[in-house]
Amino acid sequence: MVATATPASAPPASPAATKPVNIRINGLPVTVPAGTTILEAARHVQIKIPTLCKDDDLLPTAACGLCIVEVAGQPRMPRACCTPVVEGMNIATHTGALTDIRRTVLELLLSTHPSSCLTCGRNGTCELQALAADFGIRTENIKRIVTPIPPDTSNGSIIIDFTKCIKCGRCVQVCQEVQNVWALSFLDRGINTRMAPAGDITLAESPCVKCGQCANHCPTGAIVENDETPAVWAALHDDAKHCVVQIAPAVRVAIGEAFGLPPGTNLTGKLYTALRRLGFKAVFDTNFSADLTIMEEASEFIERFVHKRGQLPLITSCCPSWTDFMEKVHYDFIDNFSTAKSPQQMLGVLAKTYYPKKLGIDPAKMYVASFMPCTAKKYELERTNEMYASGYIDVDIALTTRELARLIKQSGIDFLNLPDGQADSILGDYTGAGALFGVTGGVMEAALRTAYFLVTGKNLEKVEFESVRGLQGVKQAEVAINGTTIRVAVAHGLSNVESVLDAVRSARAAGREPPIHFIEVMACPGGCIGGGGQPYGVTGAVRTKRAAGLYQHDRDRSLRLSHENPEVKRVYDDFLGQPLSHKAHELLHTRYTARPLYKR
Amino acid sequence: MNTLTLVDLEKYAKTMAGSGPDWVRVSMDTGGIAAGADTVCTIFEKGAGTLGFPFEVRRVGSLGYSFADPLVEIAREGMPRVIYGRVDDEVAGHILQDHLVGRRLLDDHILAWRNRALAFDGPITYILVKDTSAEKGDKSQFFQFSLAEELKRCNLQDKVQVVRAMDMGVYDEGVAVQFLPSRVTYTNVLAPDVARIVKTSVQGNQVIDDLLYKKPDRQVRIVMRNCGKFDPENLQDSLRYGVYQGLARVLSSMKPEDVIAELKTSGLRGRGGAGFPTWLKWQITRAVERTPKFIICNGDEGDPGAYMDRSVLEGDPHSVLEGLIIAAYAIGATRGYFYIRAEYPLAVSRVEKAIADAHQAGLLGGNILGSGFSFDAKVRLGAGAFVCGEETALIASIEGKRGSPSPRPPYPSERGLFGQPTAINNVETLAAVPAILVRGGPWYAQYGVEKSHGTKVFAVTGKVRFPQLVEVPLGVTLREIVFDLCGGVFGDKDIKAVQTGGPSGGMIPEHLLDTKISYESLQELGSIMGSGGMIVMDQDDSMVEVSRFYLRFCVDESCGKCAPCRIGGYQMLQILNRVARGRGEKGDIERLRAISKAMQKASLCGLGQTAPNPVLSALRYFEPEFKAYLEGGVSYARKMNANRPAEPVAVEPANA
Repeated sequence: MVATATPASAPPASPAATKPVNIRINGLPVTVPAGTTILEAARHVQIKIPTLCKDDDLLPTAACGLCIVEVAGQPRMPRACCTPVVEGMNIATHTGALTDIRRTVLELLLSTHPSSCLTCGRNGTCELQALAADFGIRTENIKRIVTPIPPDTSNGSIIIDFTKCIKCGRCVQVCQEVQNVWALSFLDRGINTRMAPAGDITLAESPCVKCGQCANHCPTGAIVENDETPAVWAALHDDAKHCVVQIAPAVRVAIGEAFGLPPGTNLTGKLYTALRRLGFKAVFDTNFSADLTIMEEASEFIERFVHKRGQLPLITSCCPSWTDFMEKVHYDFIDNFSTAKSPQQMLGVLAKTYYPKKLGIDPAKMYVASFMPCTAKKYELERTNEMYASGYIDVDIALTTRELARLIKQSGIDFLNLPDGQADSILGDYTGAGALFGVTGGVMEAALRTAYFLVTGKNLEKVEFESVRGLQGVKQAEVAINGTTIRVAVAHGLSNVESVLDAVRSARAAGREPPIHFIEVMACPGGCIGGGGQPYGVTGAVRTKRAAGLYQHDRDRSLRLSHENPEVKRVYDDFLGQPLSHKAHELLHTRYTARPLYKR
Repeated sequence: MNTLTLVDLEKYAKTMAGSGPDWVRVSMDTGGIAAGADTVCTIFEKGAGTLGFPFEVRRVGSLGYSFADPLVEIAREGMPRVIYGRVDDEVAGHILQDHLVGRRLLDDHILAWRNRALAFDGPITYILVKDTSAEKGDKSQFFQFSLAEELKRCNLQDKVQVVRAMDMGVYDEGVAVQFLPSRVTYTNVLAPDVARIVKTSVQGNQVIDDLLYKKPDRQVRIVMRNCGKFDPENLQDSLRYGVYQGLARVLSSMKPEDVIAELKTSGLRGRGGAGFPTWLKWQITRAVERTPKFIICNGDEGDPGAYMDRSVLEGDPHSVLEGLIIAAYAIGATRGYFYIRAEYPLAVSRVEKAIADAHQAGLLGGNILGSGFSFDAKVRLGAGAFVCGEETALIASIEGKRGSPSPRPPYPSERGLFGQPTAINNVETLAAVPAILVRGGPWYAQYGVEKSHGTKVFAVTGKVRFPQLVEVPLGVTLREIVFDLCGGVFGDKDIKAVQTGGPSGGMIPEHLLDTKISYESLQELGSIMGSGGMIVMDQDDSMVEVSRFYLRFCVDESCGKCAPCRIGGYQMLQILNRVARGRGEKGDIERLRAISKAMQKASLCGLGQTAPNPVLSALRYFEPEFKAYLEGGVSYARKMNANRPAEPVAVEPANA
């Protein structure tokens, strides 16, 4: 098997791509590699050509028509987003004619868009709104005609408001090509064109896995996360509730972007303080339960790999979009799935069993909120009966990074100037391995660190596994433990999963040994750092910076191996016994069901 | 059929089609069948046995005289060949009895020959008469009577029959007569001329120069060269008429580069509308090194009123296939597709049969005609979306994707069907290719004007007396087509404008009808050549309504991908709708122009870029009409709409 998949943003490799091309943009000479688009070339000379459909993370869809430019000698106005430069091109990007046309196109887009900016989920982050402001559009020159279509609220994670859709096609591209889910497609045509599940079914009935990549890439408020901030406020103001909170690894390196900080800035300490000031009685960290997950999952792997009990490869299951996708499409791998719950759910169940027992609180009063980089975590709360292992719903509510930023802004907290705080010790301490859960390859890396210990009784000398890091769609590595080679594969972005699973399938069909022993899958490109609930504007470069933030965090921790987490040890000693114990199974493990509803 | 060789092809081309001298060809294209050609054919087939001599009934493609469907062409030994139009069951019966047995021509159904002669080549046996000037007060009957009387006076009544024709192919030239079998034609014949016609021409076999109609037929049939001549479903017949001779020449003696050079000499440009030089398209595709390559025949004809491609596909599928194989050879393609809209079931079935027959005969498949060149073709159906005629949308459609265009570059020649180098040519373009290779590039280039060479088929419809397909060399004027070939506007109305280029084209007003047609000249007038639809408007047609019609077509057919086309067209239509209701607003004309500009420049594909053309050209030439609607308000609009079919009015129940 060859790792063929590439991130969606990578341009198709071309042998000529290295040859430089000389052009002029607005009179300024520019030299760029062949294959560069006019849009990219203009950025080299600090010229911004307005775009609306073009997302730097995706291939151009050429839909909006705003990025047209004039090229000397050409009667047509090519689109800058998808037109490669040609030697000697003389380009004008902001002539009077272009500005007039762009204004008209913008007026046309606004003429079919509701003017409900003030109550829109993207107020202040909307790309259409920003352009309308930049162009100083003050009147409605073209009559507004908005076709009323009721929104799709069938899915608890994301909401589609069809009236706000500008048909840029980003969501369709990300859903079909990046995620290979095909929940969204173009329906109808002409003025009636809309993005919706094929067959005009609801999102809940569609193959949607709630990854939220559509919402993350939508330029307007047409697809947004289901905002649940009011429910959190209600719980915090309810004296009968003992509200506790957890934050996921990837949230801390991305939330700064919502406050104007560069991607990758680690704000763990400020988040702890902010959450405490919001009124949470205890602040936990999902990194703690990530360490716990590793104890269970690495033990599970040893069971299967060393003791030959259970099927190989073992496949990670922390990502709810991935488990949903697996149950719908790749259900022939159910027996390969790690039964360990995700860190969110592990923390939730402990927060409603171990924690109240220890503190003498009535577990019925416990209210667990979690802040996740993810829209699918909202779905995971009620995924199966096992999510009620505590006797209550283990996690009451899951909010995205974007909702958290909003919550902080609503609360009047001057986030950036907060002093750093600490997590509550009982479910809050974590190792560098736990922090890695937020990035593609991180679960694998953390698991290998502990698996090595479980097999050899010794710790690795060098804990970093560079071969599973980076944004390549499929990463493979071989790890020698005690003379035995473990073959591992890491895939992120659901379109990259198929090639890995097919390699296993064909070996299985041929009766051969599995070519891979351990597979990590995260649904979103880059893993949770690129999650559907993260701040807007994600690109490969942003993902790399967020990942770097987590890798730095790992390096900065004194403990970097999950099995060394003192609080994890204490939870086992006090409460769970040992990994894979009866109690651990009862509280920390789950089941999967084949749901072959969607034939592809 | 066994696998053919080059020698077989040559042999076929030298044998004459058919067996006997007595036959009928019935035009069996979609138009003919819709008009009843099928039953007419059955009547001939049933009647053939009763005639007492061998009589062959042939189902052929259309001659293009759509106004006269169903059309039949009759050959009877010892009689001149004749085309009958509007042949219903009864007329067919008369043809069997009177024409075939009684050797007498039928009144009011004959279409005179347009390839007229300037001198007699033998005794006259029939005289066709038609008053070409008036639809009312027709003098045809009078002249038929006086000619017959004069013939009787000279005791020629048994030798020469005078017949009233249905169409003379000349218009507004007074009374016209055509002498058969020589096809000499006189026009502007007056009553005093009758005697000298009989004396000089019938008896003396001499041409009367002052009556002789000398204008040559403006039509040159290259693309339609075989339409109406033989059974399009019969490969042998096609071979006998020389189809695949171009391919034979190419495969036996030409390198792909030679083919491209020949095309370059010919000056052939894409007949789908944009007019891109065909040789250049082939050369660019050929130059791309990746294989496999594909060739596609674009048969997704969708302009309202246009049916040229359908006629050619139905009438001569083998020639189009031949053109496709030659194109494939030139660019190095190994597989070809016919993309034909599903609304053309007859064209589809004929092309499918042509492919199957060609395959069996070794004209498709591996090692064609022993040349070592291999190529195969398939038919893919279009589901009727107009935008799928745009090449990138067409490719998406063949690939099984939503038919919406994608940005160019990359052009299909670089990255086309399934990501491979692909050339896409229109039906008409491909149909012209074999003729060019048989007769040479210079021969083709002699027709036309600077930059626009060869011939173009136009479908002339609308308020025209004789709607039909005409094939003319580029450089003829719109007036010649509308008046000389199609008889002008019907009724006693004045012509107002001619719309060319379908929904992407524009209105050309009466005073510009003398423009010589070429890709460039039409563009200068704010229209385009397009695929060849030509719709004639008379004084009653409101340009607001006409532009609204075309715009609505584009709005309906917009794929919705790009904002300028999707919303721009829709909003322009909203504005036109209110203008047409007399509820236009101040600034609407400026608004229409601004949105048009944005659509033209910022739309992704040709559909959106050209959709405003009908509105813009209407504004360019007929702006006062728009202003009248704006200034006249609702009452003016009501008055203008009075002669249009009333829209249903909600009536309140009496007891409400």
